[in-house]
Amino acid sequence: MRREYYYVLGFIVIAAICVIAYALNPGAEFGGADGEAEQVIGEIDPDYEPWFSSFFEPAGETESMLFALQAAIGALIIGYFIGTNRIKKQNRDG
Amino acid sequence: MHIMEGFLSPEWALFWTLVSVPFLIYGFLKIRKIIREDPAQRTMLALSGAFIFVLSSLKLPSVTGSSSHPTGTGFSTMFFGVGVTSVLALIVLIFQALLLAHGGITTLGANVFSMGIAGPFVAYVAFRAMTKAGLRTPVTIFVTVFLADIVTYVVTSVQLALAYGPFWESLTSFLTVFAITQIPLGLVEGILFVIFVDYLERARPDLTEKILRRRVVVEA
Repeated sequence: MRREYYYVLGFIVIAAICVIAYALNPGAEFGGADGEAEQVIGEIDPDYEPWFSSFFEPAGETESMLFALQAAIGALIIGYFIGTNRIKKQNRDG
Repeated sequence: MHIMEGFLSPEWALFWTLVSVPFLIYGFLKIRKIIREDPAQRTMLALSGAFIFVLSSLKLPSVTGSSSHPTGTGFSTMFFGVGVTSVLALIVLIFQALLLAHGGITTLGANVFSMGIAGPFVAYVAFRAMTKAGLRTPVTIFVTVFLADIVTYVVTSVQLALAYGPFWESLTSFLTVFAITQIPLGLVEGILFVIFVDYLERARPDLTEKILRRRVVVEA
């Protein structure tokens, strides 16, 4: 089988896992497993009071935007790298 | 995998910080050496950091109904080892602690230990063993990346169980929350890096030959 088919197959599996995850939990909260661990702590030790809190807690929308920003910074670098390789290859091949 | 701000007692916070600091110093010195001496490896360093940024921001709902994200540390672990990975993890964790209220400054040491040190350490040992045993490259990469991800969350559970005993009972509760949500994400991350390293090997063999020497020799 050609290499490209493996790539396509890989991406299909990734997409499938994501789609199934969303389909099973359409209402999943963005807050996530960290918050759930917080609940478990609450059950184990109901008296626990966090002794320190964040200086700055963004509102939900801002939080999503900042997460997107984080992904964008990384994606930019990876995209730049792949683009540079392509140009190098073009120059090599004439 | 973040332990939330203020959720570790000052004693535990201090303990995990002290454990993490030597790795961070070693990693920092190694990064400085790479930047000074080896321009080709600088590219790899930037890529390693970039993957941790992207992957640790991607939240996916899991079967238990909560969202979680991969760590992205497997790539850095394979190419640079534990020290460098711990510094890259520290950068991402500071970003998330200050801007996103994910994790926190007081729990930074504990979070660096799970994501930047413990996960990568187990993954690195496994990577070396599999390379030595001559396993096929895609298998080696997949298992390494998967381990870096899963072990991170197992260690987070251990850290929380140590702070909120009884140990075994609490460990089971935390593992159920974290580790199970993490398995599909580990699979996704594993596949992604198998594809990317395969691309890298063909597009820029100069960057991968030091790490994946065996395969390059076989094909030469």
